[in-house]
Order: sequence, then structure tokens, then C-alpha cells
Amino acid sequence: MTETNIILEAKGITKNFPGVLANDNVNFDLRQGEIHALLGENGAGKTTLMNIIYGLYRPDSGEMRVDGKPVIIHSAKDSIALGIGMVHQHFMLIPVFTVAENIMLGDETVKRGVLDRKGVAAKVAALSHQYGLDVDSLALVGQLPVGLQQRVEIVKTLYRDAHILILDEPTAVLTPQEADDLFRIMRELAGRGVSIIFITHKLKEVLAVADRITVMRGGHVVNTVTPAETDEPRLASMMVGRQVILTVEKGASEPKEKALEVKDFKVNSQRGLETVHGISFDVRGGEILGIAGVQGNGQTELVEALTGLRAPTGGAVHFDGQEVTGSMPRAMTEIGLAHIPEDRQRHGLVLSYTVADNMVLCDYYHPPFGVRGIIQQTALDENARRLIQAYDVRTPSPYVPVSKLSGGNQQKVIVARELSRPVKLVIANQPTRGLDVGSIEYIHSVIVKMRDNGAAVLLVSAELDEIMALSDRIAVMYRGHIVAIVNVKEATREQIGLWMAGAQAASV
Amino acid sequence: MKDKFSINVVWDWLRSAWSAMFVPILAVFTAMVVGGIIIALVGGNPFDAYLGLFQGAFGSVKALSETAVWATPYIFAGLAVAVAFKGGLFNIGAEGQLALGAVFSAWIGYALPDALGFDLPAIIHIPLAVGFGMLAGAVWGAIPGALKAYMGGHEVINTIMMNYIALNMTSFLLNGAMKDPSPTNVIARTPTIAMSARIPRLFDAEVLRVHWGFILALVVAGLVWWVLWKTKLGFEIRTVGANPDAARYAGMNVEKIVVLTMAFSGMLAGLAGSVEVTALNYRHELGFSMGYGFDAIAIALLGRTHPLGIVLAAILFGGMRNGATRMQFLTQIPTDIISVIQALVLLFVAADAIIRFIYHIRTQEERVVLTRGWGG
Amino acid sequence: MELKRFGFIAAIIVVLFSVVVLIGSSQSSPLVIIGSMIATTIAVATPLTLGALSGLYCERAGVVNIGIEGMMLAAAFFGWLASIYMNSIFGWAALPSLIGGVFFAIFTGGLFALLHAVLSITFKVDQIIGGTVINILAIGVTGFLNRQMFFEKGSIFGGNVPHAPGTLPSLAKAIDSLCNGGCGGLVNSISGSVIDQKPIALLAILLVAFTHYVLFYTRWGLRTRAVGEHPRAADTVGINVQRMRYANVIIGGLMAGLGGAYFTLESVPSFEPLMTNGRGFIALAAMIFGNWTPFGAWAAALVFGASQAMQINLQIFRESIPPQLAILQISYIVGLTPYILTMLILTGIIGKTTPPAADGVPYEK
Repeated sequence: MTETNIILEAKGITKNFPGVLANDNVNFDLRQGEIHALLGENGAGKTTLMNIIYGLYRPDSGEMRVDGKPVIIHSAKDSIALGIGMVHQHFMLIPVFTVAENIMLGDETVKRGVLDRKGVAAKVAALSHQYGLDVDSLALVGQLPVGLQQRVEIVKTLYRDAHILILDEPTAVLTPQEADDLFRIMRELAGRGVSIIFITHKLKEVLAVADRITVMRGGHVVNTVTPAETDEPRLASMMVGRQVILTVEKGASEPKEKALEVKDFKVNSQRGLETVHGISFDVRGGEILGIAGVQGNGQTELVEALTGLRAPTGGAVHFDGQEVTGSMPRAMTEIGLAHIPEDRQRHGLVLSYTVADNMVLCDYYHPPFGVRGIIQQTALDENARRLIQAYDVRTPSPYVPVSKLSGGNQQKVIVARELSRPVKLVIANQPTRGLDVGSIEYIHSVIVKMRDNGAAVLLVSAELDEIMALSDRIAVMYRGHIVAIVNVKEATREQIGLWMAGAQAASV
Repeated sequence: MKDKFSINVVWDWLRSAWSAMFVPILAVFTAMVVGGIIIALVGGNPFDAYLGLFQGAFGSVKALSETAVWATPYIFAGLAVAVAFKGGLFNIGAEGQLALGAVFSAWIGYALPDALGFDLPAIIHIPLAVGFGMLAGAVWGAIPGALKAYMGGHEVINTIMMNYIALNMTSFLLNGAMKDPSPTNVIARTPTIAMSARIPRLFDAEVLRVHWGFILALVVAGLVWWVLWKTKLGFEIRTVGANPDAARYAGMNVEKIVVLTMAFSGMLAGLAGSVEVTALNYRHELGFSMGYGFDAIAIALLGRTHPLGIVLAAILFGGMRNGATRMQFLTQIPTDIISVIQALVLLFVAADAIIRFIYHIRTQEERVVLTRGWGG
Repeated sequence: MELKRFGFIAAIIVVLFSVVVLIGSSQSSPLVIIGSMIATTIAVATPLTLGALSGLYCERAGVVNIGIEGMMLAAAFFGWLASIYMNSIFGWAALPSLIGGVFFAIFTGGLFALLHAVLSITFKVDQIIGGTVINILAIGVTGFLNRQMFFEKGSIFGGNVPHAPGTLPSLAKAIDSLCNGGCGGLVNSISGSVIDQKPIALLAILLVAFTHYVLFYTRWGLRTRAVGEHPRAADTVGINVQRMRYANVIIGGLMAGLGGAYFTLESVPSFEPLMTNGRGFIALAAMIFGNWTPFGAWAAALVFGASQAMQINLQIFRESIPPQLAILQISYIVGLTPYILTMLILTGIIGKTTPPAADGVPYEK
């Protein structure tokens, strides 16, 4: 890529949302045929900027040019007409439609009063083959694996003759191998003249595949550099605004007896299909077992079954020697489980309740908060004040609805609530998803502290870096099986990545 | 952090109460304006009409008494709907629960002394009659509750179906086994209930009809507030209503709570019917309960699903229904216009954005969306 | 449609028909009874079918509409009112007045649907509350105007309740008048048979097929379903979600309007307050049971229609009801069938239902 032909330019983009200045006078340009990474932590304003370019939001001020000509983009229709295509972080696909129907939606061809499904299928087949992105036009999108769904999204943009492609956090749902595959496709497309913007918060990727990197922080652009000019620590500090320690401080673990023992555990998904196929593992007090794996390989169902939100269909779970298979959430809480749920706004919090009420969500029914069926308000208030201080939850008052807190502080409320009980087992599922770096550091330190206090910690995360930084032992889940359990010192990133992709199942 | 009972706290409470009532008050006002326009369009004089309405509702001691009489079942039914709302459920079945509460209360009221062979003291008979009505309503509410909790059947259609089933049942009973056998009677109604089953009037029974049931309604409103906000059960109901997934995670038995909530709601609606029978009409007549179900929804929403607001809204609606008779007498405007006005009130309360737009009020909190589709 | 669901529908229809045939066998031949039952079933299923189609358009686009009952009631009243005006005040003949009434009914349905659309889509009011508002408004307005216009001294019609200019003619009668009596043979063979239906009933069946075509074979249908499943996805390919939803809700209102016209212009020539009697809600149940498909909803509507037809026919044959059953006041129990069936259907034991994924959720950009 040697052309300095600027194909897309955004100047002085400012966008305000109630209470948040998402984009503050942002300048951004894209050169023909380049892969330009937009790097920043959660909340930096990257997705907002791209949504403005794609036409889903209108900027409060600023202008855009495509191919040197000023343009006004009011809606996705306009950007599509200009040749801009976007693949969103959460796929914009309709599960009950076929691949062909999803691709032609909005740009349908009609033959004699009827949708021309066959014609579209043929065109899609030709297109996907041309770019090495083979997809089956007649398959139902909802039944496709995630990697293939992403391909459909990309083909969707190419079907509309996009030559500017925006990818929003494309590797969030991919294994390391699938990510490499994606980067190959990206280079291939760039070589054919497609200009690519890709949004990410992962430093390694950016250095691996980008031609240029623009770092955003707090709504404005910090700098634009090339990979040759920078390295991970420097990028990290640009992202966060201060020196960032990229590793977690962690002493050696002193594991005690087995706390959690899982044997031949089987769980069905919401739709009734077996998703966890008889797995076995154990966690000792004083150690962190990290379960690595791309989302969708059974981790969600596993955690739900261990914490009582779903009934297992087979196998046994023992905790401290007692059988707890299929116990209800309250029973698990009472034997010492702290559960930090994957979806904090759905399971972990009642958004319309105050911070104080959320702090007693799991404990309201027994003394000191509930005595003979009546809520003891004073005890509740006292508890809230104590925990807010101890865990440094940033909130104007304990009586503010928790929906008003930032993601990081909401997670702190959950952590404060869960860990303020006597805890012997911590199950943390994607505990730092969507959080800013400061909150991530805090949560990590808390998890390590629980371990050091003797609790058994089961950490489930799709972020391989997090697993490798925190775990003492690592188990890899793939398609509902545990394909490997290793000590963190014995495993390499590449090896784990291979296991995550289903290759080379080790003897477990 | 503030002290519990300082002037600041009281002032804050007054201010938040005012801002909560602001939109409903404007909604009522706007609805009456539109109603006035409709009256003018069909040739009436809106000012005379509303004057008559007001006179009939609040203009004399007798009017006030009648308004209280009308408001009583509205308070109970409005509370019923509100309790269900708080639990995330739509109870459109208040009408059926009310009807069954009335029928069964009447039955205990007139049949029990005969069946037992001796008279009962009021102190036993009244609670029995009212209690039975409450039980009937509770069961009638629990059925769709259970269907929702354990089988996923959406309570909107189920409660509406239960209404029609209840209507058929009461028609069957009042035309058949429970029909007033006295020779002068031709309509579908029960015999009058025994003297011992009657809730006494507040004042001179010949002059004012207002009864102790009204006081009971106020007390029950306070009780409902206490249960919802001060007890473990109330916390569970509200949590299931706000976020059933989080409720499950918190260890609550969501299914049981859904059934309990609907039973609680049905019980209150049944109580509405019971009190009407034992305190006012002393019998149950087919068709008297028509329309209460939808009115209850309007009252619950107008009162912002808070017991205090519901009492006020119920008095307003009761006043309007009461005053409409005088309005019709004075101006020949049919009493049905009140239904139109009440529909408009509901419209403006539900779409408070319209009111905010008309009167340029800034939006405050997030919208509450209760519908989650049919949950299929 | 899955076997279980189909089997259930077939079983119920067989049971309902058999009961009537058995009871009426002493008074009439089984074949005649069955023919009469089928004809009645198709006729009374008409408002249910149209109501279900109404719900279908709305919900496939993602908007829950429980105000179908109110829309039908209002359409029934205003269509009837319009036909009376055209007949007695404008002086038109009966048939044009009726047809004019039908159009006005359809228009009324669309108008109420517009209100529902504004509330649900623009103001993002909770859709069930919005539907309830429509129902209460319809009951209030029709009750008020009915009384004001016909029962008050000094009102426009001075206290007399006029009849609508008859009802719409059935197929046989229509052919007869078109032929001016020359098609005697054809008329006689059709008259009284199963296909001797009135226009709205026939139109309802046509609309079922038409809706199936639109929903699954046209661009409009694809976009509508997209908007109901995943509106944000539709938005990102340039589809105007709000506009699609508005359009579909209004179309749903037009369907409901036609359904309302059935009550006062095809079934009986007069208006009674609350005459829709819950059929708007039963239509919703039919839609759910039919898993949000036109033919499925139609099949369910036929089942409900059959139970109503059974009720009607049992009335005709009431002398033949054996005394044991008569004590049970069988008409009450039969009258309960649609409601109990609805509740059973909703429990899902007769088959799982999959609503559109974004049904009931207001779309925020």
C-alpha cells in the first residue's frame, strides 16, 4: 500500500449524547487500499464515530468527504450508496432468514412479482467464491456458527459493491485461528482495492495487521501512528492516558483441598440441545481455574447449571464434599458461592432499583436485612454505605438507581455484594467485559485477593489475555467438551488457541 | 446523607409527589377539554355540563357520600391492577374476579344462615362473607397466574378469557340456582343477604349511603403500600416485576411469586365485589360489574400504580360517574360521555409524552415498558 | 404446520360436528346438518379470520395489537352509521349504502389503527396499554354516540333505532340479481350450499391467501418480517423501520375494519353496544395458535367458528337434546368453548409458538 489517495475523510466530528460527549472534534482519514485500525478502550467513542460515518447517527457538527467530494450521510441508505459497508460487533443478521434473504434484504430483486431467491443465491455464490468467502445461500443464518455468520456479513457488504469496509470489534467472537483467517481475508480485500477500517481494543491485533493506527480516548483522537513507530506499552498508555501495567500482580498460588468437583456434567441449552457433554474438572481452594474458549461453546450453560439458574441433565457436582448437583441459586449462595454473572444488567442487577437495594438483592430475606418478613431499612442503608466506601463505588448516593452508574461501577456493586458474604467459591463469568481499563485492573485485583484468601475461583472468559494473566490452571472448552487442562506455566498462547479452535485435543 | 425526618426530606417528598402528580393532573384537565369540545360538537354546552358534573360529584354532603360510594370499588380494583403491574403482570381480569367475589359473598350472605339452621352474629358473618369473596377472587386470579408461571400462557388474553367465563358462570348461577325466588322478581339477581352479613353505613342510613367499606378501602390502600414497600414479599413481587432474570439469580422462586401476585391482585378485585354486595346493594345483580375492569386499569395508571395516587384517582373517577347522572339530568348529555373522557384520560396518561409536548414539560425518567411480547 | 397442531384442530372439528349430527339426527339428515355446519362455520369465522389477519400484519412488523376488539367495534358502529346516512339521508339504494358502509368501516379501522401506531411507535407507549386505550375509547365513543344519536329525544333520529338497509347479499342472491332471473339453475344449485357465502366471508378467505403471498413472497413481506424480527438489522440496510411499522399497523386496522363491517352489515342489520363480545381477543388467540401464519390462523379461526356454529345449531335442535344434557344447561357450557379453547392453546401444550423476535419492543435508534 503506497498510494496516499485519501478516500474517506471526517473532519471536526462532534457528537453529544445526554450526559456524554462521545466524539469531540474528531478528525479521521482513510487511504485507498489501507487497513486502518481504530484503537481505544470501551467508551472511547470509536463505535460512535463509525456509526456516524455509516449514517446510523448524525453528527452535531463536522463534515465528511468521500473521494474528495463533500457528502452528507443521513442514513444507512446514503452510506451504502456511497460504497460504505459496515459489519457490526453484534451481527445485524436475522436468524430465521436464510443467508440469501439476509443478504438481499433492503436491496431485493423481484422477478414477476415474487422475490427472486434463486437469482440472488446464484449471485451470492459467485461473489463469495470470488473472494474466498464461501457461504451456503440456503442455510438458515441462525444455525450457522459465528465465524460463518461473520462471513455472511462481509459478503452482504460486497453484494452492495462496498469499497470501504468498517469492521467493529470483529475478533470478539473468534478463536485466535479464526482471527488469523479474518486478517488474511482483510489483506486480500485490501489488495483488491477495498479500504478497511477496523475497530478494536486489542493491542496485539493492531500491531499484526494494521497499516496505520489511530488511538482514541475519551471522545477525541490522541494520535495516528504506524506499527513501526510504536509498541504495546506505548499504545496502551495512549489508550488510557497513563502508564498501564499490562500484567497482573500475582503471587504463587497455594492450593488447598479440592473445593469444587464436577464429574460427567451434562447441560442442555435453552432450546433443549445438549450443549455440555459430560465434562469433568475440579477447582481447589486458593487457586484460579480459568476456562478459556470462544463464547458459544457451552460456557454459558455450564455456569448457569453450576449456579442454579439451569437444571443439569446429568453428572454430579460436589462442593466441600457435599453433593450440590442441581441446587437452586439460593442454596448455592448459602453454601458460600459468589456469582459474578456474564450479563450484569440482565442477571446481576435490577436497573431500576437503587444501589442500596441491589446490594441486598441476594440477602434480603434473612437477618439483618429481613426479619420475620419485614425489610429492615436501617440495616440495609448501613450495609450500602459500608460497601460503597469499601469498594469505592462512584455514585452520588446509595439511593440513586443503579442504571445511572457506569459499567465499571455497576460491576463493582455486584462484586461488592457477592464478596461481602463469607465466600468459599467464586464463579466469575466474563467479569470485565465492556469495562474501562481502570475497572478491569480493579476487578482483577479483587479476584486475586479472593484467591489469596483461600477461595476457589472459577474464571470463565473469552479474553485469552485475561485467562492467561489470572489463572493458575487453564481448561479449554470447545463444543461442550473440555479438550485440555494445563498449568499456566506449561502452556503457550498458540497452543491454547489451537485447543480453542478444536485442533489437537490433548489427553485430559 | 440526610437525616430521616428533617424538613429537607419532607420538602423533597412533597416535591417528588407534586412532580409525580403533575402530568396526571394535566392529563385529566386536557381530557376534559377535549370532552368539552365533543359535547359542544353534539350541541351541548360544556360549561353547564361540567358544572352539573361537579355539583353532582362534590356539591353537597349527599354528593360527597355518593362519590365515596362509587369510589370504594374503584379503590379496590385499582389496587388490584396496580399490584399486578408492580409484579410485571397485566391483570385485565379484575372484572371477572370482582364478579365472582360478589357472587360468592352474596351466597354466604343469604345462604349460610339457612344452611346452618341458625343465625350468625355479624362479627362472624361479615368476615365470612367478605373473606369468601376475597378467596374466590384470589383463586380466579391465581389460575391465569399459574398458567403464566408454569406454562408461559400470556396473562393478557387469559385474564380476558376468564372474564367471559366468569360472566357466563354468574349468568348461569343468577338465572338458575341462585336466582331470587320471590314472586315479584324477574331479573337475574340473588336474594338479599341476611342482616347479619351487612356492613353498616357510616351515618344515618336513610340519608347517606356511604358505608364502612369506604374506610376499609382506605385502610387496605395503606396496607398494600406497606406490603409492597416494607415487606419481603413486596420486595420479591417488585423484583420479579422489574427483572425476572435477576430475581431468579437472587434466589427468588419466580413462578411462585407470579402466582402469589396474581392471587393477591385477584383477591383485591374480589374484595371490591364483596364490599359492594355486603355494604351497598345487599345482593348481587347480573351486569352491575360491567366496565369496572377497564376503569380499574385507567385508575391504576392515573394513580401511577401508587396506593395514594390510586385513592385520589378512584375518588376522581367515582366523582365523575356519580356527577354524570346530575349532568344528564340538567343538560341531557348522556352519561356515556364520561367513558369517553375516561378513555381520553387514560390515553393522555399512557402517552404522557403527548402531555409533555403540549405543555412543554421536560422528560424525566425512563419509560416503563411492560410488554415483552407473548413470550413464545 | 406440525402434525400435532393439525391433528388437534382436526380432532376438535370432528368432535364438534359429531355432537351436532348426533343430536340433530332425529330432525334432519346428517349430510344436511354437516353442510349447514360448514356453511355456518365459515360465516361466523369471518370476523375471527379478519381479526387474526389484522393481528398478523401488526405483530409480524413487531407491534402487539390487543385493540383489535375496539377497532372492530368502532368499525361496526361507524360503518353501520354511514350506511344508514347513505340510505335514509342521502337517499341511496340499499346495496350501494351497504357497500359504502363497508368502506367507511374499513376506514374507521384504519383510523383507530393510526392512533395505535402513533401511540406505540412514535410515543413508544407500552403496546398493551395502547391497545387497552383503543378498546376503552371505542366502547366509550360507540356507546355515547349510539345513545346520543338514536335514543335521545331531539337527537337526529328522534328516538327510533333504524335498521341498516338490510345486509349484504349472499353469493346466490348476488348472482340472481346480476342475471335478472335468467340464471335460475345456477342460483338454485348454489343457494343454501357451502359456497353460498356473503361477500365479506369470501373476501376474508381470499385475504388469507393474499396475505400468505405478500408475507412470504414479496419484498414488502420480507422487509416487514425483518422489521419484526430484528429492526436494527433492517435499519442498517437502509429500511425505514418506523415507516414499515406504521404501514403494517394501518393495514392491520383496515383488516379489522372489514371484520367490524361483518357484524353490522353482513351478519345482522343493527348495532348493539359491545356486540363484538370478545371476538377480537379470540382472533388474537387464533393468530398465536396459527404461529403467526395466515393459513394457520385461518385454521384456528375455523375451529372457533365451529364451536360457535355448534352453539347455534344446538339451539335449532334444542328439542332433541336428551333431558340429561339439558339439565346441564348445555348452551352455557358450549358458550364457554371458545374461551377455554383459547386458554388451552395459550398454554402451548398443543404446540410451541414462536412469535416474531422483536414483537412488542419499541424500536429506539
